[in-house]
Amino acid sequence: MPIEEICKTLFIILVIVAGLAPIITWIERKQSALMQDRIGANRADIGGITVLGLLHPMADVLKLMTKEDVVPQGANRMMHMLAPLIAALPAIIAFGVIPWGGIYSFGDTTIKMVAADPDWGLLYIFAIGSIATYGAIMAGWASNNNWSLLGGLRASAQMISYEVTLGLSVVGIFMVFETLKLTDMVMAQDTTLRVFGFIEVFGGTVPAFLDWVRLPAWGIFYQPLGFVMFLTAMMAENKRPPFDAPEGESELIAGYFLEYSGMRFGLFYMSEFIEVIVIAGVVSTIFLGGWAIPFLDQATIIGGIGSFMGEGFATGLCVILHFMTFMLKLIVMIWLQMLLRWTLPRFRYDQVMNLCWKGLLPLSIANILITGAVMLLVRG
Amino acid sequence: MEVSAILFYIFAVMAVVSALGMVLNVRNTVAASLSLVVTMIALAAIYVLLEAYLIAVIQIMVYAGAIVVLFLFVIMLLNLREDDFAPGRQWLVKFGAGLLGVFVLIQLLKLVGPGLPEVPVVPEGYGGYRQLGILLYTDYVLLVEMASLLLLSAIVGALILAKRNID
Repeated sequence: MPIEEICKTLFIILVIVAGLAPIITWIERKQSALMQDRIGANRADIGGITVLGLLHPMADVLKLMTKEDVVPQGANRMMHMLAPLIAALPAIIAFGVIPWGGIYSFGDTTIKMVAADPDWGLLYIFAIGSIATYGAIMAGWASNNNWSLLGGLRASAQMISYEVTLGLSVVGIFMVFETLKLTDMVMAQDTTLRVFGFIEVFGGTVPAFLDWVRLPAWGIFYQPLGFVMFLTAMMAENKRPPFDAPEGESELIAGYFLEYSGMRFGLFYMSEFIEVIVIAGVVSTIFLGGWAIPFLDQATIIGGIGSFMGEGFATGLCVILHFMTFMLKLIVMIWLQMLLRWTLPRFRYDQVMNLCWKGLLPLSIANILITGAVMLLVRG
Repeated sequence: MEVSAILFYIFAVMAVVSALGMVLNVRNTVAASLSLVVTMIALAAIYVLLEAYLIAVIQIMVYAGAIVVLFLFVIMLLNLREDDFAPGRQWLVKFGAGLLGVFVLIQLLKLVGPGLPEVPVVPEGYGGYRQLGILLYTDYVLLVEMASLLLLSAIVGALILAKRNID
């Protein structure tokens, strides 16, 4: 139904892109202040009211919009104009396949809390991510500035390298859940994992008192190494510190967006923050169980509350609970990225490349081999 | 007209126009490569309309997302100027391209001449990663292995060439 799709798209744009992204700049400021023992963003005010510095994002946008839009001489005007849009677009449309909740049925109508749910959902995110490279390359080339060009070259080499690891690090997850569909992946994580279940593989029986020891069946418990590698590769794709060699102020002034000002610069800036939410969303969907509440699956909630409050009410409550759970996981992952960003110093460019080709790539291939061997042993 | 037909015409025009943009942009190699990207994306959209989802995604990931980025990388490193292009061979290229164009046109007419074939109804899950994966790792496993061997030899060759320059 087109109206449903339009509503979902509007929800994503209004709540996530327009709502969450500016707040992330505030989180970033507060996090940096915390790490550097400062009070942080607290100056922007309306009539003396500062609201914990939450007015700073508004001040940012106002400032960016009123600045002059400078196009350098000798620049390719059209590409210079298009580059920020191409950088921001992939980050926004990647939200289309991230599930914000499960699938619920109210009588005859079924509600899916996801804008688009193709079988190849995760591949879609990779494909969109690979397009994001062009924003940086075009900006670097069109500015007609050597520093920009160097930044663009660094960005393209870095993003292409990490795309390889990005894909290989989640092959283990494909194998465990046997699907690429994000909603199915979360559904598979909405259960528990018997920690001592492996005894049965070797022909033993699990004693009753150990059978109680369970974990949520989240991707991170199946693929801890995959989680670390995927998060690293995603963060490197985003080009934020510690992987910001393409921007490297001390070497390249500001890298590929050096020649941008005003809102066009703002778009590059925003696209990185939106990408932070995308990373948090994807990682929490495939590794942290998405909307799934640990030890409390959907059927239990609806069955338990539905028995005395009515099924419709229980399902509605379930939608809200699942959405809140997902948001909580999203915020934890955003916070983790901010923490890493303000903890680690910038890698040297050769360190970035060595980490990818000599560290993550062999590890991810080993991870696939081990996962395959274990899967063969466990599932036959 | 059906929505899919309208979408097909939009993406077909986009593919043809950007392909022309790629060929005609002789002087500006970066613009030519970027036109090639648009062609790739339009082709991927047409694959989606044909329900070949995996091929569409791979088209974007491999061609638009990796190969053309490498093209651009090399073009930017070389920093070509206009007088780097040898004017002598232009007519040969144009002649070859014209010949190829005529050949493709004849083949197309041969196919379309007797009238368009019926649109086949595809089975459930057609064009998905599952079906393709099963085919690749059962019936065509030998070809997959041969392709991987070819790629391996290319990697080793590149390493040897690069190492010779460093030493």
